[in-house]
Amino acid sequence: MKPKRCLGLALVALFVLSSFSFALAEERLKLSTTTSTENSGLLYVLLPPFEKMFNIKVDVIPVGTGKALKLAENGDVDVTMVHARSLEDKFVDEDYGVNRRDVMYNDFVIIGPESDPAGIKGAKTAAEAFKLISQNKATFISRGDRSGTHVKELNIWEKAGIKPSGTWYLEAGKGMGDVLIMANEKMAYTTTDRGTYLAFIGGKKIELPVLFEGDPFLFNPYGIIAVNPAKHPHVNYIKAMALIGWITSPEGQKIIKDFGKGKFGQPLFVPVAVSNP
Amino acid sequence: MEYILEGIRQAVRLIFSLDREIFSIVLLSLKISTISIFLSSLAGVPVGFIIGTNEFRGKKLLVTIFNTLMAFPTVVVGLLVYSFISRQGPLGPLGLLFTPQAMVIGQFILATPIIVALTISATQGIDPRVKLTAMTLGASPLRTATTILSEARFALMAAVIAGFGRVIAEVGCAMMVGGNIRGYTRTMTTAIALETSKGEFGFGLSLGLILLAVAFSVNILLHWLQLRES
Repeated sequence: MKPKRCLGLALVALFVLSSFSFALAEERLKLSTTTSTENSGLLYVLLPPFEKMFNIKVDVIPVGTGKALKLAENGDVDVTMVHARSLEDKFVDEDYGVNRRDVMYNDFVIIGPESDPAGIKGAKTAAEAFKLISQNKATFISRGDRSGTHVKELNIWEKAGIKPSGTWYLEAGKGMGDVLIMANEKMAYTTTDRGTYLAFIGGKKIELPVLFEGDPFLFNPYGIIAVNPAKHPHVNYIKAMALIGWITSPEGQKIIKDFGKGKFGQPLFVPVAVSNP
Repeated sequence: MEYILEGIRQAVRLIFSLDREIFSIVLLSLKISTISIFLSSLAGVPVGFIIGTNEFRGKKLLVTIFNTLMAFPTVVVGLLVYSFISRQGPLGPLGLLFTPQAMVIGQFILATPIIVALTISATQGIDPRVKLTAMTLGASPLRTATTILSEARFALMAAVIAGFGRVIAEVGCAMMVGGNIRGYTRTMTTAIALETSKGEFGFGLSLGLILLAVAFSVNILLHWLQLRES
């Protein structure tokens, strides 16, 4: 073999060998959570102090609430933070999760084109607003991905006694950010959590105004749940509980309380685990 | 239009500012794809060589199968790997889901058929007299094989480059089995998907430009290696 070729091969081999460095063991904790918490940027400030304190890396897997819980159910993550109380209760009842704690809340809002073709501005309840949208066949974009936001949307349709279908009802099957952009492009109505909405409107990524808000039914609480170590002995239960402890501690709750104040002029979430963090 | 220009400006800025996060994303993409391609070549070239240089029953079918596998949708590969390595799957106890290793497995499955199929056509294209001559000169089977492979080296290099292009650019499988974890399994393509979903088109676009620049550099490097040899 020619020496030059040897050199080339050696370079490649060296690169490949050095590449295995990521196999080095480092303690990692896997957290499945919703796209809304990830897209808002909250975890980027909430997790680093915890990682430093416990010398651990938290792997955040942002998916819809349905999938986040499914990953936890399969034992593919150690802890999960989601927002769909009915699904969370089922998850705990079926023994997949233990030690659920309330973390924070914000609320859902209904956004749509400025001109409000369905006239939902005057609606008294979210269900009434949805009725108006369907009666006027105004374009509505549904997450369609079993996420917390999607579950809430379906609950509203149910309350309104409507089975949404037709060319005006579009099921995107995408994350919150994608759907906001889609609604903006199509001048459509959609439901969104306030956190993601503020992040997008503040960044001038969308223009749709909030047309309906304030119905207590639109309350959006977030909970954190450890995967049951009795079901999945391999999970890092101790560190999962440490994370739950951190997020619901006065320090963690203070970070949540302050998050977004500077950037969006108002906090994106209201912490609830301790009084007055 | 504005964000296209902004994307280009941002790309230039990001490349020259040596942003740590971008740098680690690019490096991770390269690492995962290089390892995958290394392993795929190790498996794919011998298999392709054996199929390409021998005549046997069912050869046509086998070639068709590998040609079909080249079009294997990346999300389907992702789903398959996912179901095997999830804690509920047969390989669950290894705890591979959402790790770079899982992404390597997925990319290996994506790239190997390409390398096999292109190696088959590369070795088939070699004048059969090369094999006969080597054998009549008393070359051992291994020596004969290296002679044939060396004759076909440019086509083999193309096979490896094609495989590399597929894995560095794919997003479906990487997203599904890697989980797009920041600083751990976030590659260039999954980062682009994330940034787009966050409405950060400029940032996504600049990552896309960096991806192209990286692919370009890799091709230049391989081209340079080829030139030095010939």
